[in-house]
Amino acid sequence: MTFITANVLPAAPEIFVFSMACMILIVDLFLTEPRRVVSYLLTQLTLAGAAVLTVQGLAAPGYAFNGMFVADVLAGVLKLAIYLVTFFVFAYSRDYLRDRGMFRGEYFVLGLFGVVGMMAMVSASHFLTLYLGLELLSLSLYAMVAFQRDSDQATEAAMKYFVLGAIASGMLLYGMSMLYGVTRSLDIATVRQAVSALPPDHTLLVFGLVFVVVGIAFKLGAVPFHMWVPDVYHGAPTAVTLYLGTAPKLAAFALVMRLLIGGVEHLSASWQDMLVILAVLSMGIGNIVAIAQDNLKRMLAYSSISHTGFFLLGILSASPNGYSSALFYVLVYAVMSLGSFGMIVLLSRAGFEAERLADFKGLNQRSPWYAFLMMLLMFSMAGVPPTVGFYAKLLVIQSVVNAGLVWLAVAAVLLAVIGAYYYLRVVKLMYFDDAEDRSPIAARGDVKVLLGANALSLLVSMPWIGALIDLCRQAIQGIR
Amino acid sequence: MEFKQFVFYFFATVLVFAAAMVITVRNPVKAALFLVLAFFSAAGVWLLLQAEFLAITLVLVYVGAVMVLFLFVVMMLDINLVRLREGFGEYLPIGGLVAVLLVLEMAIVLASGQFGPERMPEPAALPADYSNTRALGRQIYTVYAYPFEIAALILLVAIVAAITLTLRRRKDTKYQDPGKQIRVNRNERVRLVKMRAEKKT
Repeated sequence: MTFITANVLPAAPEIFVFSMACMILIVDLFLTEPRRVVSYLLTQLTLAGAAVLTVQGLAAPGYAFNGMFVADVLAGVLKLAIYLVTFFVFAYSRDYLRDRGMFRGEYFVLGLFGVVGMMAMVSASHFLTLYLGLELLSLSLYAMVAFQRDSDQATEAAMKYFVLGAIASGMLLYGMSMLYGVTRSLDIATVRQAVSALPPDHTLLVFGLVFVVVGIAFKLGAVPFHMWVPDVYHGAPTAVTLYLGTAPKLAAFALVMRLLIGGVEHLSASWQDMLVILAVLSMGIGNIVAIAQDNLKRMLAYSSISHTGFFLLGILSASPNGYSSALFYVLVYAVMSLGSFGMIVLLSRAGFEAERLADFKGLNQRSPWYAFLMMLLMFSMAGVPPTVGFYAKLLVIQSVVNAGLVWLAVAAVLLAVIGAYYYLRVVKLMYFDDAEDRSPIAARGDVKVLLGANALSLLVSMPWIGALIDLCRQAIQGIR
Repeated sequence: MEFKQFVFYFFATVLVFAAAMVITVRNPVKAALFLVLAFFSAAGVWLLLQAEFLAITLVLVYVGAVMVLFLFVVMMLDINLVRLREGFGEYLPIGGLVAVLLVLEMAIVLASGQFGPERMPEPAALPADYSNTRALGRQIYTVYAYPFEIAALILLVAIVAAITLTLRRRKDTKYQDPGKQIRVNRNERVRLVKMRAEKKT
């Protein structure tokens, strides 16, 4: 254990975002109410600056802080996606927060701290940093969910999220401690070496693995550990749901990659079976229960559970191709989820939440453009061919077939068809029903442009899809 | 050696007993006090592991500071025990079932002979002048500097979150503004009125 003079350069984006978050925290104190927008602008500037630093760092991948931190292609890609998604989230939620008296600097500061947590998870090469990044993200999220203090629903959601999140962390830590007991190391590369030298059915290793998988499933919201997802998505203010349902999914993917693939890939025979159960149940329960929802936020929460199932399909095929298709899936899902929740935020006004399905009735009569965008989003979620969502589903199902689990692929396709029902119902409500509420839709210019770009990207990015998939492959190659 | 084992089992038994009492005892104040006992016994076990610094920190920080605050909070909150116990019987069967299953499953794994003392040899005893504190400090500020910083950041987030969620300025309470109090000048407070002296009659 020699200590090399700290090479902190690969961690420059983290340090930058953290310092800026602290600065915004202080600057915000001196701002008067009308000038509050400065905090918002500084936050967006921070994300842009971090993106520049990350792109610069891509040229020189490497380890830092005695091997606790790794900056590889996977980390770079995921970080850039996290900045982009968070940038959109903050832009969408600006008016929503202002209308509800929640336009306070703390929202953005906590959001940035959450981003630092995600970045730490994404670049973790040590179980300890992985866990601490997860806690940093979770703690920011708990506080953000409870942000609307006077709302009973939000408080209840925050409480549930907090208690279940703490249990999940406990499970994860217990599992990690077992792995540590066997391999005598928390460093992911060392654990990998030690595990490969042991028999794959080593009782202690599998015992620890079970707890790790349960902890991950809690954090991902996979059935049967999904109970918190609908309540939290529904109870939290929509701007927070928007944050919660997008970027943290990317970080959760990194958690799976670093722990299961980076650390204990040699136990794949054991975790594959566990993930098969989780994936089938998630796709099944998620898609079927979503049909019964009349609240769009709840429906999208169940849809996120089913998408978790799909993305687990890519992981459980235990091949580099499967991992890269899972990465592609999660990237596409983040964009779709961003657009859908963004639409709810856009249609909401002061004192009115457009979160019921009925609020989308006849949207075509009110604004054909937004109806079209929402249709694109829903088609992509359902996996209808001309959209990117179709390719994402196709790739994960292909990887399952390649892994020899044809029955699982058939089940996935069937469940996706069931899922298409409730996505298409939204389209039907928008185009074939009469509007109950004919108030005009007011939106800022920048939100209009961003939301349009967000939804259209699901269609327009088709020609470049090969390049994207190649990028995902490259990212996965780097971690092994 | 025998005596060391006796001490370990003594502290371990007290620890398990106190932890069980924390969650079963009715009175929250008593529960908090049992938690103090649990921390204290855990510190004893840590001392046996030659982790003196951690043991002392546990007693100083948790027993000395955190639990005292905790007791204050418990005493200040008027906790309605009847409402707290509502639904306890309702959830007991399913919760108990899950707990028993978990314990059984873990017992099966633990009894598989992989955890025996022969599998985990006792680490070599440290020399008498070995400083636990120095070793810990050296590790934390060099090898583990990055996790240490993230942990500090987590504490910062906790502070920000706690203040965000609890700070509210109520308009109906009267409070003093020290800045205004200091800036006050004589003319605002005292007015000299010229009056003609009354004549004595």
